[in-house]
Amino acid sequence: MTQLALVIDLNVCVGCHACVTSCKEWNTSGWAGPMVDQRPYDADPTGTFFNRVQTFEVGEYPNTETVHFPKSCLHCEEPPCVPVCPTGASYKREDNGVVLVDYDKCIGCKYCSWACPYGVRELDEMQKVMKKCTLCIDRITDETKPESERKPACVLACPTSARLFGDVHDPDSEASLAIRERGGYQLMPEWGTEPANHYLPRRKTRIQIFEDELIRADNPLDKEHPLPAATGDTLDDVSF
Amino acid sequence: MHPAFSVIFLTTLIGAAQGMFMALVTGQVYSMAKLLEPQDSVSFYATGSLIALALLGGGLVAAVFHLGKPSYFFTRAWRGITQWRTSWLSRELIALPAFMFLVFLYGLVHYLGWTTPFFSIKGVIPVDASLVIGVLGVLMAIVLYVSTAMIYASLRFLQEWHSPLTVTNFILFGLASGFTLTAAFSAWQGVDLVGFYGTWAVIFTIMAAITRGFSMLRNRRIKHKSSMRTALGIRHNKITQRSMGFMGGSFNTREYFHGKSDATLEAVRLFFLVMVFGVPVVLLAASNALGSAYLPILAFLTQYVGLLAERWYFFAEAKHPQNLYYQTVG
Repeated sequence: MTQLALVIDLNVCVGCHACVTSCKEWNTSGWAGPMVDQRPYDADPTGTFFNRVQTFEVGEYPNTETVHFPKSCLHCEEPPCVPVCPTGASYKREDNGVVLVDYDKCIGCKYCSWACPYGVRELDEMQKVMKKCTLCIDRITDETKPESERKPACVLACPTSARLFGDVHDPDSEASLAIRERGGYQLMPEWGTEPANHYLPRRKTRIQIFEDELIRADNPLDKEHPLPAATGDTLDDVSF
Repeated sequence: MHPAFSVIFLTTLIGAAQGMFMALVTGQVYSMAKLLEPQDSVSFYATGSLIALALLGGGLVAAVFHLGKPSYFFTRAWRGITQWRTSWLSRELIALPAFMFLVFLYGLVHYLGWTTPFFSIKGVIPVDASLVIGVLGVLMAIVLYVSTAMIYASLRFLQEWHSPLTVTNFILFGLASGFTLTAAFSAWQGVDLVGFYGTWAVIFTIMAAITRGFSMLRNRRIKHKSSMRTALGIRHNKITQRSMGFMGGSFNTREYFHGKSDATLEAVRLFFLVMVFGVPVVLLAASNALGSAYLPILAFLTQYVGLLAERWYFFAEAKHPQNLYYQTVG
């Protein structure tokens, strides 16, 4: 079975929101659209987004670290939002594991959004149906596109390649390799939702050097320091 | 969570209607067993069923406003009965009309006087159409109580709700308000059952006070499993949000926050404790002593207003883990 997912590298995300805007641009006019904005140029604007980039500060000043955190539907392998839907509008695709909403069946009761611990479903204020990340299902399944473009808009837009896309059930995919080799983890593992999307942690590269490794104590050509003066017997004194 | 008035009215109205229907059937069974005086079919059972049906209808109207658009009621809501295998909401959407139909039938059978017994048990209890429908209706009322409560109790990460206490509270609050309403109805009709229904109403109210007390105690001490650490997967005790990714509002900032101060929450809690438990018990006891026709009605109205506040508090006290991601605008 295939389970498509994103792997997001927090180590290289710079928080530029390119994934947010490209997501909105592609999806508002595509299969999953519209993603309606209310009062966009007025006081108290609001709108539908499938993807957000949030910023967190870890630690206490001055020992802090800024973490930019892109957040979208995690396409859980055990999605709690799907079984609670009374109409069958929420479903998980059998063939590739993407969690989707059928807007024609959704009654806008919001129960699925209550059942998602991650808060990645948003009710569209105009259409009054639940909307969420589709992993750009209309792009990734479009056979007319070249293979290199059959990826979600956010993945193609990311300037730092912080977003990897692939089948996390295929052990040799780029996504699986990244999870396996670079410490990929899931969000809120305590709820057993088995999110398909994974995050790669921030990493520090440090080389381990000991003090004595920096000072050459055994250099016979050392000119900076005088040789230690002989004390006691020398080799000549004891040889006969 | 953000308390939605549609759901507050829906759950309190149908809860009272279910309780009232169960009270009517209880009264009928008692009178068949010669423990109570038999009541008039039309003025008591049929009219009582009509009142229960009116409350259920009111609940249904409230539920329509919980849909994204009210028009979805006609175009899409029928799909809501398709997912009963997995969804408690779907089960409720089946149980509610089924229960309404049984209440309607029960009232109709009494109105038309189709109460000729089919047979009698040991020559003592006559079994007629109204008893059969009544028992089926009581079973359906229980199914509906459980379905309604499980909508909330089944969400495991809303830890304040994820408890059997949620189900017992919904059932006991429904029975308490339903029996109080039937006592009020009896008083209004001049039927000598005010004491019977009033006593049960007080018993259910006290039981509800105990279980609600337990759930409030549980929620006060609750230890949330999710934290910033598990939400982000970063192992540090001090993680502060600097930006939620947008300056304006979103569905996430509206749907999951009640937006009221702790003081308001505390005031609502005190209000419902007095209005649901304290005042109705005193009024019912007083009506028993004075024989007033108005005090039980006042008791029901007080308790119902209190239940609206209780349901509001029920939603407000649940803390959704998604709120961890939406703490700071910036």
